[in-house]
Amino acid sequence: MDQKRSGYVMNNQAERSERYLNFYKENIKRISENSSPYINSFREAAIEKFRELGIPTRRNESYRYTNLDTFFNHDFKSYFMPTGPDFVKAEEFRCDVTDLDAHGVVLLNGFYPTINDKLRELPGGIWIGSMTEASKKFSDKIEKHYGRYVNGNSDGLVHLNTAMASDGVFIWVPEGVVLKKPIQIVNLVQSDEDIFNQHRNLIIAEKNSDITLIICDHTLSPQKFLTNVVTEIFVGENAHFDIIRVQNEHNNAAKITHTFIHQERNSNASSNNITLHGGLVRNSTHHYLGGEGAQCHSYGLYLADKFQHIDNYVNVDHAFPNCTSNQLFKGVLDDMATGAFNGRIYVHKDAQGTMAYQKNNNILLTDDAKMDTKPQLEIYADDVKCSHGATVGQLDDNALFYLRSRGIDRRQARLMLMFGFAHEVIQNIKVEALQERMDNLVMQRLKGELSRCASCMVKCG
Amino acid sequence: MLVINNLKTAIDGKNILKGISLEVKAGEVHAIMGPNGSGKSTLAAVLAGREFAEVTEGTVTYLGKDLLEMSPEDRSREGIFLGFQYPIEIPGVSMVNFMKTAVNEHRKHKGLEPLSASDFLKLMREKKELVEIDSKLANRSVNEGFSGGEKKKNEIFQMAMLEPKLAILDETDSGLDIDALKIVANGVNKLKRPDNSTIVITHYQRLLDYIVPDVVHVLYDGRIVKTAGKELALELEEKGYEWIRREVDMS
Repeated sequence: MDQKRSGYVMNNQAERSERYLNFYKENIKRISENSSPYINSFREAAIEKFRELGIPTRRNESYRYTNLDTFFNHDFKSYFMPTGPDFVKAEEFRCDVTDLDAHGVVLLNGFYPTINDKLRELPGGIWIGSMTEASKKFSDKIEKHYGRYVNGNSDGLVHLNTAMASDGVFIWVPEGVVLKKPIQIVNLVQSDEDIFNQHRNLIIAEKNSDITLIICDHTLSPQKFLTNVVTEIFVGENAHFDIIRVQNEHNNAAKITHTFIHQERNSNASSNNITLHGGLVRNSTHHYLGGEGAQCHSYGLYLADKFQHIDNYVNVDHAFPNCTSNQLFKGVLDDMATGAFNGRIYVHKDAQGTMAYQKNNNILLTDDAKMDTKPQLEIYADDVKCSHGATVGQLDDNALFYLRSRGIDRRQARLMLMFGFAHEVIQNIKVEALQERMDNLVMQRLKGELSRCASCMVKCG
Repeated sequence: MLVINNLKTAIDGKNILKGISLEVKAGEVHAIMGPNGSGKSTLAAVLAGREFAEVTEGTVTYLGKDLLEMSPEDRSREGIFLGFQYPIEIPGVSMVNFMKTAVNEHRKHKGLEPLSASDFLKLMREKKELVEIDSKLANRSVNEGFSGGEKKKNEIFQMAMLEPKLAILDETDSGLDIDALKIVANGVNKLKRPDNSTIVITHYQRLLDYIVPDVVHVLYDGRIVKTAGKELALELEEKGYEWIRREVDMS
């Protein structure tokens, strides 16, 4: 690359990042006021790192198939900082859990409402609540875990989040506690202006604990939204942790999630990203197998149409011997929708006895839909079992004929095949009621009945 | 019930069926035999509505209607059943959901209400016993991980559920050991009624020891070259397809 051109790139990048550096300057005082000194101590270095890395472009290998420009070049009216009336509004969403029996928490634009208990105790001594509040009450736990699992990440957006996020959800599960009911976080985005918001979650599941977390992403007003969220998760020795993310946002919303799951010895963790609807969705899920005998499963299902774009980036880091990882991502793309999957498996030199699997299957319903899929395996140990496979294709004509030959009409037969294809991901959800609920949502989505936000696991009103 | 008149088909411009005529009456069992590549499976597929072969000439009338004008699903609802030579595996679609949808589509076509969940399960249980299919298979995805024999039994199970007027069994015996063959044949015989008909397509005579045909046709190079009673199957078994080949070449 000649100098002139690289100079242009630099300028362009700096320009793109300028708006966000300004948001930082304008808001940092208010952001810091509400946060603990420990969390604030990360901000200066993080914004410098962001200044250096910038907003990811397609030159960045892990963003090769995703163009963030339409959202990041947009003139967002403000960086979201809540005011009193916002919290009153958030309170209006009294959410009753309908079919799903869960401990529910609602966030508005990334902030925890003030009127509710900002921190509350669940059975077994589990604490759940506002990150801001927790950073005061549980400073020892925050200091032990906060910012540790994103360490060294080369994505500018992770650093932008560290620099600016103030609130989010904090969960602490004490040693040995098994919570039968899942915990559900409902993220609502609503505003009468186009807004950019960020929040930060920290989940600590201590040794021998067992919990399931469901995160639901929704948009409630038609404005243009950009959300950039980082979730750090610590899964202690022998603990069992499942996270299921259900995304149902409108076509004018961009959701960027970064989830870092750090696992200790013999722990078992799974992540399941189910994208039902959304204008631009980018989920990056990082699994760090940080102790012998750890196991992780990374699942994903994405259903896209119109001009939607859904990108899943997975990074599995086998740092210790005898760990197992399994990735299964499936997508159905209709109309002009595009998708990307990038699954990285990194096996360290000493991680002997590693087993790592990856599968990505896609169905394109039209000639205009497009999918980019890329496995990325880096293996430095000898005793390793690894496999990966990707397919991009149409619905199976033979299967379609088989169903029709039994009296099932074409439309229904297509639906059954797509549903069956998607169910392979859904069936990994262990909470039976949730699995059934997801099956129904997927069926509605495939039938085209699921309009934005029309269906939520909770009924808000 | 079924009248095929001078049926000709082509795949990619190559003629496969070169003028087939036959008539199946209510209550009859017809066997269609022939060497590999003679067009047996193409005939079965065309009757069921598979679109890979183009019909270039001829007519097929089923219960007075133009069969070739009907969609595969309508043919099924009107009582045609194809037992597949290679049943398709459909991961993620449960046998229960598949059969429930199919049975209720058939009922809707007849103007009947859908079966209640309990009535449906009762029907499943009854038919499973009839074809001696393992109960557990019905809880799995359609044909997924089934052995060859289980897949064929599953075809007969579906046939039992849908109670067709005209069943076309395409090489149902292929890949079956003698015990599985007996079970499959037994299932077909139990489902036999005076008003329904069966077309058994097979390469070997042995299936016909268990499903006794009224008429045997020999298909060779896209044409029916011989039609006779069940004794023809035995003669064929004894003399082999070489015998047919020589006769055709001579004439």
